[in-house]
Amino acid sequence: MNKKNNLSVLLNGIIKENPTLVLILGTCPTLATTNTVDGAFGMGIAALCVLLCSNIFISLLRKIIPDSMRIPCYIVIIAGFVTIVKLLIQAFLPSLYATLGVYLDLITVNCIILGRAEMFANKSPVVKSALDGLGMGIGFTLSLCAMATIREVFGAASFAGIAIPFMQNYKIEFFTKAPGGLLVYGLLIALIYVITKGKAPAKTSFSCQGCPNAATCTIETCSKKGENA
Amino acid sequence: MSSLTKLTISPHIHSGRSTAGIMRDVIIALLPVSVAGVLIFGLRALAVIAVCVISCVGFEALFNLITKKDQTIGDFSAVLTGLLLALNLPANIPLWQCVIGALFAIIVVKCLFGGIGHNLVNPAITARVFMLVAFGSMAVAAFPVDTVAGATPLSAEKMPTLITLFLGNYGGAIGETCTLALIIGGVYLLVRKVITWHIPVVFILTVFVFSFFYKGFDAVSALSLVMSGGLFIGAIFMATDYVTSPATAWGKVIFAVGAGVLTCLIRYYGTYPEGVSFAILFMNILTPYISKWTKHKVFGTQEAVK
Repeated sequence: MNKKNNLSVLLNGIIKENPTLVLILGTCPTLATTNTVDGAFGMGIAALCVLLCSNIFISLLRKIIPDSMRIPCYIVIIAGFVTIVKLLIQAFLPSLYATLGVYLDLITVNCIILGRAEMFANKSPVVKSALDGLGMGIGFTLSLCAMATIREVFGAASFAGIAIPFMQNYKIEFFTKAPGGLLVYGLLIALIYVITKGKAPAKTSFSCQGCPNAATCTIETCSKKGENA
Repeated sequence: MSSLTKLTISPHIHSGRSTAGIMRDVIIALLPVSVAGVLIFGLRALAVIAVCVISCVGFEALFNLITKKDQTIGDFSAVLTGLLLALNLPANIPLWQCVIGALFAIIVVKCLFGGIGHNLVNPAITARVFMLVAFGSMAVAAFPVDTVAGATPLSAEKMPTLITLFLGNYGGAIGETCTLALIIGGVYLLVRKVITWHIPVVFILTVFVFSFFYKGFDAVSALSLVMSGGLFIGAIFMATDYVTSPATAWGKVIFAVGAGVLTCLIRYYGTYPEGVSFAILFMNILTPYISKWTKHKVFGTQEAVK
C-alpha cells in the first residue's frame, strides 16, 4: 500500500475506492443528508475537513498510540476535530448548521473517517495520509452531491434551492423521502459497479479481494488474510 | 440446429405451452375486467390502460436495445405488467405518473434484476406501491373529482351494497371494482390451468374469516369487505404470478394465508386503507423461504442424516 505514488493515493478515494459507492462506508449521513444539494455539499465538506485533519494527526501519532488503545484514541482525535468544525459552522453558517442538525455530531462515528484512520493513516506517512484523506473526502462529497442532485431535481424540482421552472408540476416526492434515498443509493452503486467493472473490487469472489471491507478488516486469524495485497 | 441433434435435459416431453401463451391467457382473462373498467370509469380509463401498456413495452424494448440483450417484448409479459399496473390505478391519475410507474415496474423491478423470471417481486404490485408512496398526495388532487372515480370504499364511511360491490359501479382503481368480471377471468385461468385454486381461494377465504371475526360475526359486512378494494384482482392475478409465488401446493397455501392475514392487519389496524398490495409484496419477498420449507422430497432420495 505504501508503494503507491502520491497521485494514485489521491485519486484512489475519488473513483476506485470511492468510500460511499464502492466501499459502502458512511451510509447513514449519505442517506440522511442527500435530500438537498446544499445539505449534501455541506456534509461532504465538513466530513472532508475532519477526515483530512484526523488523518494527518493520527498519522503523526501512529508511533505513539498503543495498539490496544487505538480506537479510543482515534475517537478522541476525530471528536476533537468534529467539535471544531461544528462550532465553526454554527458560528459562520447557521443555516447549514440547522440543516445538518445531529448529523454534524455524528461525523465522529462516520465509518469513513474511522475506517481510513484504521486502514491507512495508522500505517502511512503524513503526506500520504493527508492525500488519502483529501481524496476520500472529495470522493465522499462528489458522490453525496451526485445523489443529492438526483433526489432534489426529481423529488423537489429544484437544484440547490433554485426552482427548476418547467418541472414544478412533475415532482416525485418519493425521492426526497427515505425510501427514495435508498433506491437512488442502490442504483448509483450498481451504476458505479458497471462503469468501473474490472477496476472496482470484484464482488463476485469471496476472498478478501471481493470484500468491500477488506481494506478495513483487522481479523488477524482469517485464513484469507494477505490475499488482499 | 435440427431438433434431432439438440441435447436437452429432462423433461423431454413438452406440454406445448410457452411463456407467451401463458401471458396471452392471463391477458385474455383480464379483458372482461378491462372492459368493465372502461364502461364504469369512461374513456379516461382506456387512456390510462393504453399509456401503461405502451410505456411498459417501450421501456422493455429500450432497455434491451441499450444493454444489447435479446429482445424480450415478444413474450407479452411487458404487456401484462402494463395492463395489471393500469388496472390497479385510479382512472383520474395524471398520465405522466403512469409513465413513471411503468418505468419503475419494468426497468427497476424487472430488467435490472435480469428480466422475466429473475424479478424478486411482482413488477406491477411494486410499481403500484411505489406510486402510492411517491404520488400519494398528488393523485387525488390533480384531477377534478367526478362522481365515480374517488377513494376506495374502504376509506368511506358508508359501504355500498353487495350488488354494487359485485358489479363494480363504485369508486376505486380501474380494475378492482368489478368483482363479477374478475371472477370470470379467474375461472378462465383455472379452466386453462394457468393458475391453481390454492392462492386465490385461500387468500380470499383468509380475509373473509378474519373480517368475519373482526366485524363481530357479521357475514354481510365481512362479505362486503372482501369484495371491496383490490382483494380479488390481487388474489387472482397478482399473487399467482409464477415468478414470485411458491411452486408447491402447501407453499401456495402458506403464501395465501400470510397475504390474507397481512392484508387484514394493514386494513384494520394500519394507517393505509388498503393493504392487499403491501401484503402481496411482503409475501413475494418471503417466497424463496416458503419454497425452501415446502420443498418436495425427491423420489427415491433420503433426507440427509445429521
